[in-house]
Amino acid sequence: MSENLFAKLTEHQLSDLAGLGCQLDGEGACLLTVPAERLLAVMKMLRDDVASSMNYLGDITAVDRGEAGFEIIYQLFSVTRGVKATVKVKVPKDKPEVPSVVSLWPGADWMEREAYDLMGVTFAGHPELKRILLDEDFAGHPLRKDFRMQPRE
Amino acid sequence: MPNDDILLRIGASLRELFAGVLPGPDAVDVAMYFVALIACVALIFTNAVILILAERKVAGFMQSRLGPHRLGPYGMFQTVADVIKLLTKEDYRPQGVDKWVWAMAPVVLFVPPVMVYAVLPFGKNLVPVDLNIGIFYFVAVSSVATIAFLMAGWGSNNKYSVIGGMRAVAQMVSYEIPLVFSILGVVMLTGSLQTSVIVEKQSGIWFILLQPVAFVIYLIAAAAETNRMPFDLVEGESEIIAGPFTEYSGMRWAMFFLAEYASLFAVSAIASTLFLGGWHGPSFLPGWVWFLGKTYVMIFVFMWVRWTFPRLRVDQLMALCWKYLIPVSLANILITGIGIFAYRAMGG
Amino acid sequence: MRTQTYELNMGPQHPSTHGVLRVILELDGETVIRAKPVVGYLHRGIEKICESKSYPQVLPYADRLDYLHSMGNALGLCQTVEKLMGVEVPERAEYIRVIMAELSRIASHQIFLGSLVGECGALTGFVFAIRDRERILDLFDMACGARMTFHYIRYGGVVQDLPEGWVEACRKFLDDFDGMMETYRNLLVGNEILQARLKGIAVLSAERALAMSASGGVLRASGVNYDVRKAEPYGIYNRFDFDVPLGTVGDSWDRMMVRLGEMEQAARIVRQALDQMPEGPVMAKVPKLIKPPPGEIYHHVENSKGDLGYYLVSDGSPKPYRLHVRRPAFVNLQLLDELCRGYLLADVVPILGTLDPVLGEVDC
Repeated sequence: MSENLFAKLTEHQLSDLAGLGCQLDGEGACLLTVPAERLLAVMKMLRDDVASSMNYLGDITAVDRGEAGFEIIYQLFSVTRGVKATVKVKVPKDKPEVPSVVSLWPGADWMEREAYDLMGVTFAGHPELKRILLDEDFAGHPLRKDFRMQPRE
Repeated sequence: MPNDDILLRIGASLRELFAGVLPGPDAVDVAMYFVALIACVALIFTNAVILILAERKVAGFMQSRLGPHRLGPYGMFQTVADVIKLLTKEDYRPQGVDKWVWAMAPVVLFVPPVMVYAVLPFGKNLVPVDLNIGIFYFVAVSSVATIAFLMAGWGSNNKYSVIGGMRAVAQMVSYEIPLVFSILGVVMLTGSLQTSVIVEKQSGIWFILLQPVAFVIYLIAAAAETNRMPFDLVEGESEIIAGPFTEYSGMRWAMFFLAEYASLFAVSAIASTLFLGGWHGPSFLPGWVWFLGKTYVMIFVFMWVRWTFPRLRVDQLMALCWKYLIPVSLANILITGIGIFAYRAMGG
Repeated sequence: MRTQTYELNMGPQHPSTHGVLRVILELDGETVIRAKPVVGYLHRGIEKICESKSYPQVLPYADRLDYLHSMGNALGLCQTVEKLMGVEVPERAEYIRVIMAELSRIASHQIFLGSLVGECGALTGFVFAIRDRERILDLFDMACGARMTFHYIRYGGVVQDLPEGWVEACRKFLDDFDGMMETYRNLLVGNEILQARLKGIAVLSAERALAMSASGGVLRASGVNYDVRKAEPYGIYNRFDFDVPLGTVGDSWDRMMVRLGEMEQAARIVRQALDQMPEGPVMAKVPKLIKPPPGEIYHHVENSKGDLGYYLVSDGSPKPYRLHVRRPAFVNLQLLDELCRGYLLADVVPILGTLDPVLGEVDC
């Protein structure tokens, strides 16, 4: 049974996370909201820290919140310790960019490419940030709310 | 006794007929060879139709389904319909193929199996051309098929085809060696390369009992030579689609099929010649019935294997040939030689 | 002698790429230098479509993701929405869902096994697996009238109760199932050639599998004990007694054997579920207009391909604001390149087979 990550962390670690600019929401979802520039540091700590060791990256996705910008959501699990956490990064609408986590979890490769392809969020430091599901010359990012769908001819 | 044989009677009456029309015995001989050729080609075509149906029926039986069953009783006309469909298909030549090489390949592939039929001992005095080097001829002629695969692979201008063609060459050249070595055991026993003599010598005991190892090696090598499962890497449809056949359609493609079944029949017939006593059998049936019966049993074995085993990988295929079959077949030759020597020394 | 590598385009039209997958192979003779999967040929934009559909209209799309394990997909989506809405599913419906999902898992793995051995050349094994799968499809047909895309599991339960005689038919299938496994083990697993083709091929270490976010049989074949049904039991999975088959080496062979083991465990779960299943309603009281409260939720289930996750964002309207599907086959397929490198062309297809992608899911 997966447990809440925060219950496993010590006061010291929690304050470390807070020091990195995280907002912790322990109620229910176990949600960390991280500023984009600190993402890699937080992720590295979550992955490598003995107490958390979130060694499994479950999912990366992005949500278009309209004027509020984009949210990039990471689902982390610890296969060994049975804990889970959700990490959320909020980026502004005009500059949707977050650091890539491929250096931490190589499996993030295609997940980030998919988010880039469909939502137009760029992942700085990604080795090959290209469209994956859509055509190379497709214009726009269809999952954005302002994407205009072409009426069928 | 042999006069009871209906085929021999037909042959004799044809010879009489030609003797009345044609000048000189040589012309009659040529005419008779021509008749034999037509008979062989007719056999190949009708046999291929039957074998394709049989293959599908055997596959159906193995896979607990029915196989073709809509057209005619037991789906007997299914292959006929298929042939008609293939014949009426557009003769399509893909762009970029090497015109001549590509077009010649199915024809070249079809030639060696037809030529092998010349030395098949269908019955006593029923060998189309009773060459005194019949087995050697079989080995030599069937090597030509390799070139046809390479032609099809190269001429198609398709990477899958080239890979298939190269595999065909590697495989068929390699497996010829154990094939020949396994035949050699029998040849040592008989002291003759003539197919009719080899069968004649088996009137007492079939060579499968004297040469069981050679028989198994022959089976394996023959399956590889005819590119049948588990050695159908040349086609390997899960990896290289259809190998050299990828770019063919219609009747050209059917020629490959025809050649495959013709050579399947040929290697099975050679197996029954070398190991299963050829036309020998209880005399209530004519010799050629026994011969064909044994051949069909062999064909069934090949089909059985095909629908049971997975395919080998190319390196495993080569390892099987060079590391196992060739040493074993060499050892078999050695033991056969010692055996013959001991037999003679004992005054046999 | 100067040699050069060449590129071979495998797919999207190819007999054994499990649909419309395209793999660009760089080959040195027959040795694979690089195998680059190119996906997207079956991209239908399901995530986008879902944003303009009401929740009941979204549900059929789940069936069309991994069309070999439709029941599991629908189960995951229903549970996601139910979790957000706080709907309590009736007991009987929970059991029916588990039975359906596990039967679906068996059927999906039968396709896996059949196509894997079929790609190795044993077409008879393929036909045997398909033949046995037909029994399961018949059971589904009996229950909901469909064989592939069921739309049987709905928000709040299942659409209708099991018909009369279904439980008996299912038990009959389970009785025959042992014989089927026996056949697979004798005909396929025991085959020397198949062993030679799969053993020691494409070894994936546990660390690498975790780092690459692999899931399902691919991850467990490497010896990582991670099954969502155990790690985070959803529905009523904590009531059943079953094992998680694990591999030791992480080669193609282990990936096959883990799936075979999973089939047996799935049958074990179905047996227990049939025994425990109570009578009662199969549909909870769900409002006619499904409007989950605003919020977001990530829910994942163990699909036959791996860890299938749904990330649902609701703004309180009858349509999902955003629905993201974490498709296990998509993530697993990343491994193809590194697993194929250095092996032969003939290994690519079985390696792809053991990754078990379904393109409906990969391309979404």
